[in-house]
Amino acid sequence: MLNKYSVLFIGVLSVLFSSVSANDFNANTEILEFNGYLETRVGVRIMDDARQKDASIGEVRLQLETEQEFDEVTLNIVTDFVYDPVLDVYPPDLENGEGVIDLRQANIVMSPVDFMDIKLGRQLLTWGTGDLLFINDLFAKDWNSFLIGRDVEYLKAPTDAIKVSMFFNVLNVDIVYTPVFDSDRFIDGNRITFFDRMTNTFRGRDQPLSVDKPEDAFDDDELSLRLFRSFGANEVAFYYYHGFWKSPAGVNPLSGNGLFPALEVYGASIRGTVAGGIGYAEVGLYKSDDSAASNPLSRNSELRLLMGYERELALELTGSLQYYVENKQDYDDYANSLPDDSIVDDKNRQVITVRFTKLMLQQELNVSFFNFYSTTDKDGFARFVTSYKLSDDLKVESGFNYFYGKYQYTFYAQFEDSSNIYAAIRYAF
Amino acid sequence: MKLLSFLMSLVMLMISSPAYTMEGEEVMKKALQAFYYQGHDQSAKAHMEITDKQGRKRIRDFVSLRLNLGEKDGKQKYYVYFNKPVDVKKMVFMVWKNIEQDDDRWLYLPALDLVKRIAASDDRTSFVGSNFFYEDVSGRGLAEDSHELIDETDQYYILNSTPKNPENVEFTRYKIWIDKNSFIPMKIDYYDKDFIYRHYETLEMSNIDGYMTVLKAKMEDKRTGGKTVISYSSVKYQQNIPDKIFSERYLRKVPKKYF
Repeated sequence: MLNKYSVLFIGVLSVLFSSVSANDFNANTEILEFNGYLETRVGVRIMDDARQKDASIGEVRLQLETEQEFDEVTLNIVTDFVYDPVLDVYPPDLENGEGVIDLRQANIVMSPVDFMDIKLGRQLLTWGTGDLLFINDLFAKDWNSFLIGRDVEYLKAPTDAIKVSMFFNVLNVDIVYTPVFDSDRFIDGNRITFFDRMTNTFRGRDQPLSVDKPEDAFDDDELSLRLFRSFGANEVAFYYYHGFWKSPAGVNPLSGNGLFPALEVYGASIRGTVAGGIGYAEVGLYKSDDSAASNPLSRNSELRLLMGYERELALELTGSLQYYVENKQDYDDYANSLPDDSIVDDKNRQVITVRFTKLMLQQELNVSFFNFYSTTDKDGFARFVTSYKLSDDLKVESGFNYFYGKYQYTFYAQFEDSSNIYAAIRYAF
Repeated sequence: MKLLSFLMSLVMLMISSPAYTMEGEEVMKKALQAFYYQGHDQSAKAHMEITDKQGRKRIRDFVSLRLNLGEKDGKQKYYVYFNKPVDVKKMVFMVWKNIEQDDDRWLYLPALDLVKRIAASDDRTSFVGSNFFYEDVSGRGLAEDSHELIDETDQYYILNSTPKNPENVEFTRYKIWIDKNSFIPMKIDYYDKDFIYRHYETLEMSNIDGYMTVLKAKMEDKRTGGKTVISYSSVKYQQNIPDKIFSERYLRKVPKKYF
């Protein structure tokens, strides 16, 4: 059986070599130029968690990046070499980003015709309007990185896909095809303890979550579409996704393993200038597996809505406010299907976020505070990051991630014992 | 008679002073066009050296593309691609400069593949951490100040410009020396009351493709003791940079053929 890497690898190589003639190589004899950084990042938990190590993060990371331009094709490679004694796993697992190598990007970009751009290979993908809230961006996220205090760029996990973008006068189209389902790097207990509602217990690195992941090439695939255009500086987009829940949203009743039920999403977004700031709204209808409505082991269909506004409050100070809601589409079926004494979620999970970002000292000092608060779950997640550039090459950074809540089982509150503080130093070259 | 001559001179003053300001405004208009609107489009490599009071240096290298839309004092689009420092390499900053309303600004972050709209609208904030403001780089609206021609030498028109909405800016007024031949501003002193706290100087210029072009300039902040010297190279005009370059597509796919 061809696995996904050989499929992509062969694809990338064949396109590369078919479009790069021998002459091009002669014309581009520059020595490979690398950029990147070397970083050390350490952090500790501020709560006791017997299921985890005291260190929340402790790693040395070398990122190397290179870009090669051939006649019609650009090759991008970004890869991280990681020494991470906290996770303590060293054989490279490119899919889950574990081990000593985390390949972030390995793709080629070309424009076979004037109105079309193609990006093929391992890539980072983002669209949609939310700030750290995602509705129609169903590209893989790395929630572990986000919660333990890595740079926010690591919230995005790479996807092995082909992206075809077409640009016309009336409308632009993005088509992203992922031959094999790329899940989130989800919270499984190995780094961050989570609450397991099936067993009513917390699970950490002693009993991490196993999953049954759909992984048949071209069968368990994903398709993401975006139709978008601008009206002046205002942007309108429509989205479609066909694939699977990106993090486990179901349970195999026999094995207890996490499952990724099928998922289809229809969505839309707008973004533009509103009252001296930027306003945006996004909506998505998440249609879960057919049987999900009355299956307590599978996540319900949901309608998700987001509204946000960001503006400058004072010199070098911006603030933003977002309102987000997840509405369970078959709430009665869901509630009725649960066994007695189960935790019953609200029909509408609502979240409000605020962000303040302040730049100081000729923009070398950056202070950012972000807070998620769920008015329905009565829990939240506060993120604080401050960074200072000692020079163009050297940056120090420090921050905390604090989880809180009234009940131990809700979305943010379950991570309370993983609350952490961290610091990093990064040398860029 | 004395009263009559006084009234006469008062009338004269009332007639002549608007004409006098008109002239100042005319000179300023030409200066803005010479400084910010040369050619239909422009591409340039910029190198900034930012030095603080302690003498520590920071570098910004970027390529900028600029397109005029229509009139020579109307809307423009800017595309700024960063090369240095390396932590911002490949980031793109895009501006649609508006005249009557706030500019539209975007930032592309390649590490996240994120196209971000920027809410910040204050034009008098530092451009990429330098001593230049956004407004120094893209131009301040002619109508935002009253421009008075206060002196004229063989070489310069000297203007005194006073903000119409002083609460929006950090200066009380600025005095500007404009080269009579090229209309390029050679020197600007920004006053906070009577104190010159900020000083601009054109250090080098050259005729490129028929357009007098600033190749080196300096901005000093006397209060912080910092200064920035910006040098331009590979300046190219009239490349027929299409409007579509200034869109989301080209934030992701850098239009290097115009660099």
